[in-house]
Amino acid sequence: MNITKNEKHLVQRLVWTLILSVVLFLLARSFNLNTENNITIFYYNSENLWLLIASLLIYLLIGYDIIWKAIRNIFQGTIFDENFLMTIATIGAFLIGQYSEGIAVMLFYQIGELLQRSAVNKSRKSIGELMDIAPEYANIVENGELIQVDPYDVSIGDYIVVLPGERMPLDGIVSEGNSSLDTSALTGESLPIDIAKGDQVFSGSINLSGKIIIQVEKEYDDSTVANILELVENATNQKAEAEVFATTFARYYTPVVFFAAIALAVIPTLFFGQNFAIWLERALIFLVVSCPCALVVSIPLTFFSGIGAASKIGVLVKGSNYLEYLAKVKTIVFDKTGTLTYGKFQVANIKANGISKEELLKLASHAEYFSNHPIAKSIVNSYPKNLNPDNIQNAQEISGQGIKAEYQGKELLVGNKTLMLKHQIDILETAEIGSIVYVALDGDFLGSLTITDRPKENANETIKELRNLGINQIMMLTGDRDLVAAKIADELAIDHYYAELLPQDKVKKLEEIIKDKDTPKDLVAYVGDGINDAPVLALADVGIAMGNLGSDAAIEAADTVIMQDELNRIADAIKVGRKTLRIAIQNLVIALSIKIIILILATFGFANLWLAVFGDVGVTIIAVTNALRALMVK
Amino acid sequence: MKRSYTIKNLGCANCAAKMENDIAKLDGVNSVRVNFMTSKIILDAEDDKFASLLSEAQKIVHKYEPYANILK
Repeated sequence: MNITKNEKHLVQRLVWTLILSVVLFLLARSFNLNTENNITIFYYNSENLWLLIASLLIYLLIGYDIIWKAIRNIFQGTIFDENFLMTIATIGAFLIGQYSEGIAVMLFYQIGELLQRSAVNKSRKSIGELMDIAPEYANIVENGELIQVDPYDVSIGDYIVVLPGERMPLDGIVSEGNSSLDTSALTGESLPIDIAKGDQVFSGSINLSGKIIIQVEKEYDDSTVANILELVENATNQKAEAEVFATTFARYYTPVVFFAAIALAVIPTLFFGQNFAIWLERALIFLVVSCPCALVVSIPLTFFSGIGAASKIGVLVKGSNYLEYLAKVKTIVFDKTGTLTYGKFQVANIKANGISKEELLKLASHAEYFSNHPIAKSIVNSYPKNLNPDNIQNAQEISGQGIKAEYQGKELLVGNKTLMLKHQIDILETAEIGSIVYVALDGDFLGSLTITDRPKENANETIKELRNLGINQIMMLTGDRDLVAAKIADELAIDHYYAELLPQDKVKKLEEIIKDKDTPKDLVAYVGDGINDAPVLALADVGIAMGNLGSDAAIEAADTVIMQDELNRIADAIKVGRKTLRIAIQNLVIALSIKIIILILATFGFANLWLAVFGDVGVTIIAVTNALRALMVK
Repeated sequence: MKRSYTIKNLGCANCAAKMENDIAKLDGVNSVRVNFMTSKIILDAEDDKFASLLSEAQKIVHKYEPYANILK
């Protein structure tokens, strides 16, 4: 553990105080002095004088810094600060003859402060380690030698060398070499990914196997790793509601308890002739539990830990408040293409008419070879053999219809129904859902290909899991045609879908969904790719961008970024949010109820200063320890 | 303008909350966040008063935590 000089000094004082207190207690016992609780104001007994002096010395040993701070703060006009309250409470304890309690309150207060500081440091450190992905150097070749430079000094277009075991310092494209990458620090995915020439690589990942040369695409400040670090660092700048509550509560709690303590000390004695010493002790108990530290430290610590836990699984949450919102999501609206589906077209079915399926695919892919349309590409990609483009002449793309070309001298038509009708081809229409591409050669209809986009592998499973989590509305928005949307919605058991939406329609639709929700407490999340749907992401209570490692646009627009293209991380993110919120609420309830119970007990004379110490330090330690649980992910 | 600075020796969460509260009340401050977890202050204030507000903020930080300093 990294202890500062101050802390070391404090630990020494704690140990000495403990030893001296025990010695003093034993001495007092052996001299048969009366150390029992006999609460009297200005309790003084000449026999006890040395005990009082010795106790005061020990008290000063453990508490001098607190007393000094208290005095200093009074002169600066700050009251109700912990130092002040503890000083009054302990001096009060001495006044009523409770020497050991006076020492104990100060001792445990110091222990509590120390433990609290080390807990905060621990979580700062473990989040720091989590974020220990900042590259220290980049290798560049200069005069044939490999030298290390600061990643800041590398410019776009430069070539850098990354050796096995090194961290990728900057984002770029592989220009030489093969290797595999560990991206777990960025995405939470532990499986390495293989990379080769032309692949994009992200800073922060670790080069596992081979030496590679990267052409840099972004300056360090814009790199993935710099973005992530900045985001997580700033996440706790946005307060969650629970946190706002804790700090607001703290602002009123301390003065209220303080004045209650004065009332308790004064009113019963003055108006009801009660024993002042007894009521003074009760008032002192109030002062000791009046510190709101347990709340003020543990709630932000909980969210800080929760954000750390989320980033451990590749989910970047941009603020404590969004973690809280994630926990309260009841409706999730998905974008279809690229989010629920792969966003890539694939040949799903081939219907051949008079020739073999392979032959049909061969003809179609030869024609489509000349087109850049995504559907054309999907057909070309699905043909397993090599193409011979020389077989095709005079290929021309007819926008919105398809391709017209000559194949070995014969007219080859590959396209939609319109193209076929235009050339008076007698086609056999298929009822399948998707994009249908018809093929005709020399006027004869040869068959059709059905091209569709498939749902992602884990889409079904994720939606089931979300339902298990109590997300009761799962919806889908898409610009795609109604038939296609209906099929996907049906396959994935989605509650409602809205199809044929233009980007601005998506915004309107989401507005309606948000307006229509049952209660304002139920929140709406929108999941998209973060590239085309920035306004929709911004509108949702929680905008979640998926699988856009390295996309500045996604990080900019979304409230939560899921680094890896894994749908089930949404459920994980919600779980982390709920766990964090649960812990925060537990801490609120534990801290408040223990303090209030002690206040009530004290008012009626059932509490002593020992219990009060527990109500302050004990509660803080419980709450802080509980907060650290939020760091752990299963 | 909005700037972020590290506060060294920020040791008490309640003090951070109080600093935030007091600094927010200064004339010319648009918003301020004293983040205990990251030991940072994010001050958003009017450009022409920024420097003087920052030193005001430093005073407030000092008042609650004598050993704490805003690193400029």
